[in-house]
Amino acid sequence: MHGVFDIVGPVMIGPSSSHTAGAARLGLMARKILGERAVRAEINLHGSFAQTYRGHGTDKALIAGIMGMEPDDMRLREALELADKRGLSYDFRQVELQEAHPNTAVIYLVGETGRVARVRGASVGGGNILVTNIDGYEVELSGQYPALLTIHHDRPGVITRVTQILSRYEVNIAFMRVSRQSRGETAMMIMELDDEPATDVVEECGQVPDVELARAVPAV
Amino acid sequence: MINFSNLVELISIAREKSLPIHEVVIAREMHISLRSREHIIKQMADSWMVMQESIERGLNNTEKSLSGLTGGDARRLRLYSSKAGAEAPYLGEAAILAAAAAVGVNEVNAVMGRIVACPTAGSCGIVPAALYAAKQRGASEEKLVLSLFTAAGIGMVIDQNASISGASGGCQAECGTAAAMAAGALVEIAGGGPEKVGEAVALSVKNLLGLVCDPVAGLVEVPCVKRNGFAVIEAMLAADMALSGIKSVIPVDEVIGAMDKIGRALPKSLRETSQGGLAVTPTARRIERELYGE
Repeated sequence: MHGVFDIVGPVMIGPSSSHTAGAARLGLMARKILGERAVRAEINLHGSFAQTYRGHGTDKALIAGIMGMEPDDMRLREALELADKRGLSYDFRQVELQEAHPNTAVIYLVGETGRVARVRGASVGGGNILVTNIDGYEVELSGQYPALLTIHHDRPGVITRVTQILSRYEVNIAFMRVSRQSRGETAMMIMELDDEPATDVVEECGQVPDVELARAVPAV
Repeated sequence: MINFSNLVELISIAREKSLPIHEVVIAREMHISLRSREHIIKQMADSWMVMQESIERGLNNTEKSLSGLTGGDARRLRLYSSKAGAEAPYLGEAAILAAAAAVGVNEVNAVMGRIVACPTAGSCGIVPAALYAAKQRGASEEKLVLSLFTAAGIGMVIDQNASISGASGGCQAECGTAAAMAAGALVEIAGGGPEKVGEAVALSVKNLLGLVCDPVAGLVEVPCVKRNGFAVIEAMLAADMALSGIKSVIPVDEVIGAMDKIGRALPKSLRETSQGGLAVTPTARRIERELYGE
């Protein structure tokens, strides 16, 4: 059974928990995965998102999230104007995806240092979200837990060395998923944690041989 | 640990421990969230503040929604509520103000204002408006905040045993649940015991069984906004019936069981897909074309 604040809550900007609050969280999640300020956003909307996004302010909510706003931020309604002021350019397209949840968005972001991220996720109801793909890797990320994301060479022992570091700092892993493009190529690992990992934990994971990148993705 | 899976269990725990329902709900929340009582109550008091802000804004709202379909009706009702003599509202000023508050919160939702989903955004006006009515007749802030835990407990049980999502159970799951939560909270605020809270939930849910979710153009506006006004009146009547000693012939958990079965039996076209009911009337189709093109 849910908790009290799943029923009386969330505090949010209307009109829809799935099409507005969930969309803002998806945008925020994409921003946190990018890990820096975004200057360009290309967003493909599928299903009900594509049909009704204007009436639900889904576009504003997504852009607000991408600028780092929470789903209850009063500036959400002016997000598109704010994006113009802050130098974030954006485009929305309506698309039809195969076997996707009706409220799916594919968000392509370019950051201020040129970093890019491609995040696919769905708003699955009540403001809850599920990110299903990051940069081509299949993932399952709810945003309810702080996460540690690594991109590494698909070789024996890499996962052990990373989890040993977490163990040493007494960081508990709640959920974990590894996904690779093909054998021996690069792989992505996502660990959802009980506590936010400290900066030095993330840095140390990034220094493990064969790990190309380690990044904390805070809960949203 | 304290836990409950239906309303009879929740009511019996309250009776055994001689506690009000809200205390049972708070004890469970402390256990599952590992947070202190003060912290949990503070968060609920903050939510109540947001609810009250949305009521104030709604009662004065003249802004139209993004679609232009709603906005301004809460203010109309508020201005009408104080008419006297032969022009006085049939339901009386307090009830009409409660309806205005419920409509107003949903109008705020529709103009992308800040609200508390309770249990959902489409039904966000009902519980706050019921508490607003109780506040108008003198209920203390503390009592109002605590009653929100009773409301939450009722919503949790319905979520567990039926549904609180229009897409799975129709509007009975959203406005129906909200009205049941409001009715139970109002009984507790008025001093009714746990059994009467259960009766109010049963009476309230029964009356909204089968309510379909058929929003025009897929938006949380028509019929949602005005329905919030109707539903708070329904909740107040259910609370009054229970407080007067009226009992539901069908016990509350069986009523919730029926709600679940009815929700599952509803065709998909009447579960938030906008493919049936009001959403496919000629006028709704015209509105859709105007908003989205062909």
